[in-house]
Amino acid sequence: MSDTKIVDARDTFCPGPLMELITHMKQSSVGDTLELLSTDEGSGADVPEWVNKVGHEILSNEKIDGVWHIKIRKAK
Amino acid sequence: MRILVVGGGTGGTIVANNLARRLSAEIRSRRVRITMLSASDKHMYQPGLLYVAFGQMTPDQLYRDQASLLEGTIDFHVDPVEKFQLDQNKVVTKSGKVYEYDILVMATGSRIVPEQIPGLVEGAETFYTEATAVKLFKRLREIQEGTVAVVVGVPHKCPIAPVELIFGLHDYFKARGIRDKIKIKYHYPIGRIHTIKEVAIWAKPEFDRMGIEYETLFNVGEVDVENKVVRSEEGTETQYDLLIAIPPHRGMEVVEKNNLGEGGWIPTDRFKLTMNGHDNVFVLGDTTNLPVSKTGSAAHFQAEVVAENIASMIKIGTPVRDYDGKVYCFIETGHDSATYAMFNYQNPPDLKPPSKPMHWFKMSYNQMYWTSVRGLL
Repeated sequence: MSDTKIVDARDTFCPGPLMELITHMKQSSVGDTLELLSTDEGSGADVPEWVNKVGHEILSNEKIDGVWHIKIRKAK
Repeated sequence: MRILVVGGGTGGTIVANNLARRLSAEIRSRRVRITMLSASDKHMYQPGLLYVAFGQMTPDQLYRDQASLLEGTIDFHVDPVEKFQLDQNKVVTKSGKVYEYDILVMATGSRIVPEQIPGLVEGAETFYTEATAVKLFKRLREIQEGTVAVVVGVPHKCPIAPVELIFGLHDYFKARGIRDKIKIKYHYPIGRIHTIKEVAIWAKPEFDRMGIEYETLFNVGEVDVENKVVRSEEGTETQYDLLIAIPPHRGMEVVEKNNLGEGGWIPTDRFKLTMNGHDNVFVLGDTTNLPVSKTGSAAHFQAEVVAENIASMIKIGTPVRDYDGKVYCFIETGHDSATYAMFNYQNPPDLKPPSKPMHWFKMSYNQMYWTSVRGLL
């Protein structure tokens, strides 16, 4: 298991947090853990929707001081 | 002071020209020397490829000689870098020459990697190179009826291109009088039809008005060329007669081979535009790993910051400003109207209704680019 990779997508409108996450997921290996940081209000729902649909795993999802911290494990 | 610019695209060219003007006295007195290394003696206006795909421009209109775009004091060589030795402040080129520097500017750009998706090269048309844009236009001319499917790889350059393509397809088939015989289906990787929320909110009713079908949360997994089916990683599929792909991108191979950044994207400070851990290495445009649009516009605004900061470091010993994330993207909304999206790290875009004058402005900019890249606009 590798260390958690931080994907810092705070304060970005394009390509945006979920697109950033998908980019980094494609560059990662199965079993890797990524933590997405996002200030986009919609990320708390948008990201789990995609992660669950494609079949990866949400490890945690919380908002701290206005920033979403969403941990995902690449499952496939 | 030796300034080395690696890459002769939009970002590298604007940085070099801007520096040559800001530091003209220092260059004349031989205290500063600017060198540019590029892989090509030609400079392409890449946004023009979409016009080529619709038969509105020909490829020869997209090119200028790179040397003709540069200030005369810039020492320009067509000799791509193969090795970056950042710990020794030097690079080694394909010809074997060694270039030492005090300040390095990395503007190597990105490349398409359609081969990463099984079947995409064989099964999909695209428009991200001269040859593929011409081929796409020929396919568009041939088709008489059926389903045209558009899929989008991640990450990709010019995030506005997918929606511009859709507007262009609608107008093109309408002009040919066959729009009612063509189904256009758009597929997008995230849960709305564009990554910029404001663009998605604006474009959705436009797509509905034009009769565009769309499927979101669709990341291209594979193309079954024999059966003309494109499948998503999310488990859905679409039958097509003509498949058009925005191909996935990576950073340049030389960046990956030199282990400078995962995916070929160089880790970059989002405000200073310096490479993490290397204060004398500036990175801009597609080359960075920043969560910023990979567009000529971003490269342009970043180039102005980088040039101003390098010049001020030489003149007063310190950089003077940060990059604020500014991007300005034209959005062609068909063949005779356009709007734009302008935003930065803090402020989202505020989209205005499309208009003909904005389209004319874009058409003018297609020519003004050559002034812009010379650093005059």
